Amino acid sequence: MGNNPAKVKTVYYFGTCLVDMAYPKAGMAGIKLLQREGVEVIFPREQACCGQPAYNSGFRQEAKDVAWKQVQIFSGNDYPIIVPSGSCAGMMKYHYLELFKDDPEYYDVKRFCDRIHEITSFLRNVLDAQYTDKGAPIKLTWHSSCHARREMGCTEDSKALIRQLKNVELVEIAREHECCGFGGTFSIKQPEISAAMVHDKVEDIKSTGTHKFLTGDCGCMMNITGHMEKEKVAIEGQHIAEFILERIHG
Amino acid sequence: MASNKTFDFKQNIAGALADKQLRSNFKNATDTLRGKRLAVFTDPEETLRLRHVGNQIKRAGLNRLPELLEQLEAKCKENGIIVHWAETVDEANNIVLSIMEQHGAHKMVKGKSMVSEEMHLNKFLEDKGKLPLETDLGEYIIQLNNEPPSHIIVPAVHKNRKQIGQIFADNIPGVSYTEDTAELLAIARGRLREHYRTADIGLSGVNFAIAESGTLCLVENEGNGRMCTAVPPVHVALMGLEKVVGTLEEVPALYRLLCGSATGQRITTYFNMIKGPRKPGEKDGPKEVHLIILDNGRSKILADKQLRQTLQCIRCGTCLNHCPVYTRIGGHAYGSTYPGPIGEILMPQIEGLDKKGNLATASSLCNACEEVCPVMIPIPALIRRLRDESYDMDENGVVKGHGCKKNLLETVIWKAWKYMQVYPLLNTIMLKKLQLFGNKLPKVGPLKAWTSVRTAPKFARQSLKDLAKKEGIRNE
Repeated sequence: MGNNPAKVKTVYYFGTCLVDMAYPKAGMAGIKLLQREGVEVIFPREQACCGQPAYNSGFRQEAKDVAWKQVQIFSGNDYPIIVPSGSCAGMMKYHYLELFKDDPEYYDVKRFCDRIHEITSFLRNVLDAQYTDKGAPIKLTWHSSCHARREMGCTEDSKALIRQLKNVELVEIAREHECCGFGGTFSIKQPEISAAMVHDKVEDIKSTGTHKFLTGDCGCMMNITGHMEKEKVAIEGQHIAEFILERIHG
Repeated sequence: MASNKTFDFKQNIAGALADKQLRSNFKNATDTLRGKRLAVFTDPEETLRLRHVGNQIKRAGLNRLPELLEQLEAKCKENGIIVHWAETVDEANNIVLSIMEQHGAHKMVKGKSMVSEEMHLNKFLEDKGKLPLETDLGEYIIQLNNEPPSHIIVPAVHKNRKQIGQIFADNIPGVSYTEDTAELLAIARGRLREHYRTADIGLSGVNFAIAESGTLCLVENEGNGRMCTAVPPVHVALMGLEKVVGTLEEVPALYRLLCGSATGQRITTYFNMIKGPRKPGEKDGPKEVHLIILDNGRSKILADKQLRQTLQCIRCGTCLNHCPVYTRIGGHAYGSTYPGPIGEILMPQIEGLDKKGNLATASSLCNACEEVCPVMIPIPALIRRLRDESYDMDENGVVKGHGCKKNLLETVIWKAWKYMQVYPLLNTIMLKKLQLFGNKLPKVGPLKAWTSVRTAPKFARQSLKDLAKKEGIRNE
């Protein structure tokens, strides 16, 4: 990863299927945060899912077909590809290599993988984004997806961006390292275990005494806020990009 | 746990989740074990370096396993150890029985051995009228209560002090209820001492078998392993064939990784190195030492370069302590000798995907197990591999029961999904449909499972693609 803001003039944006369908405002906020740093954003509208649901469910060939399509869509230029999700970014950066390890396309795929960045780590480490908080004082907490933490390693970058906002108090949850129980089709194949996990995660979030949590992954958000709504817990979830954009506009 | 034909994972899970005491016991115990591990592996860089060493030793060992096993056999024989090979658990059980019969043995004291659990040895011997007695405190407790272990390292992890007090009061004649740990320990010690003295045969597992010298290493804390291997006249050691290492120099790194990961110790109270029976002039030790080397599907696992990594496992159990699924459902729910993440990859390979393939669904692929595994087994990748083989996608599987989950419905769903991701026009149509009808979908199938504890997902009126188009974001 280069650390020279001056060099990045144009980036590709991979919105993720979940953001596209259910959280488009979060996706748009990510684009605006990138534009704010003087970067031109290209959003190829032929893009779709990264392929992770099939990959994790045992449908490797389907995942591979979908992955190859994404590689082709983003191969017009060697611009960095920015993803507002640690999980999808992890899939594209690391698991595409595994899918294509024995294929002649491997090096094309590798060129693609090397250009994948999770958005908060790109904003912080490559663009050196600086934020001035114009919002009212607020206390909130943070949930990191497992793949943001253990694959992309961007949890600290996300938190560092939040800490730039001077009126925001970040309260950390006790079991931050623990999975919220989403896991894509895991939540469907093992609904009882998934339910126990998301229940405990919501209890942990509640115990921070805050009324808002941020996350960089909309899969976790759908899972956690879905359970909160069902249990009538008055805590709001928001994607970090959308939150930062709101705060810097006041 | 005894693997049986009536294994119903769903039912086990529901039962475990409904047991609040069990969940609380597991949460407390695994929190403690995780804390202990962290306290001993304080420097992340140093820990990573050590894990790389462990990984390298185990991988190199597996790459020349046949050669190491031959060397181990030859050296053990030189040392006077009688070596037996068992391809199946049935063979291994019968070897143990025949040794007992040769010596007219009735009572066996057992140190902790997961391989003996894998063989269901206790039940086998009991059926033959023998008396196998567990001597590891945790194993002793659960044997009293007629239960299998719930954890690889801490077999009675699912019981709290009060429950253990009750088990003692209910099952040991003349003992009344107490929850005082020191008293409970004294009761167990008193009973066990008498058994060591009077047992006809002692049995143990093997943590590392050193090929260059024919030495069997046994890692333990309670001294019961030492008693089982030194007091009775005959000692039988059981090992899975992957436990062999090349040289003594390889042991310290693996020992440190094992102790630190399993119990958060730098060293254990006892580290036994057994190199044969009592020699002339020696005052103690068994007169005869047997080593049984069990395959039970391991050589098949070894033949596959990716799955082979399963055999790197040193049985520390730390993946269990870090697994959000294991900590909620506990060991028994897995219905398998090895529970948790390692069980999810090992059991389907040993028993078949048709019998145990469901275990691989009990993971959110959060990668917590991979993050802590001392020998760096890529457990999530192997779980994915077993899921792939369950669905037979590449027509190329090697695990028993390959393709057992192949079904038309899921295949059709994923094929349809693929087309919607690959063809932009289909993707656009799907998005439009979701915008119009997504929020009114009937709660059946996957949506029913999802909405059991969550509100239904809400689809946006305008997709990101719509918004980006409106905002004039460059589309290429």
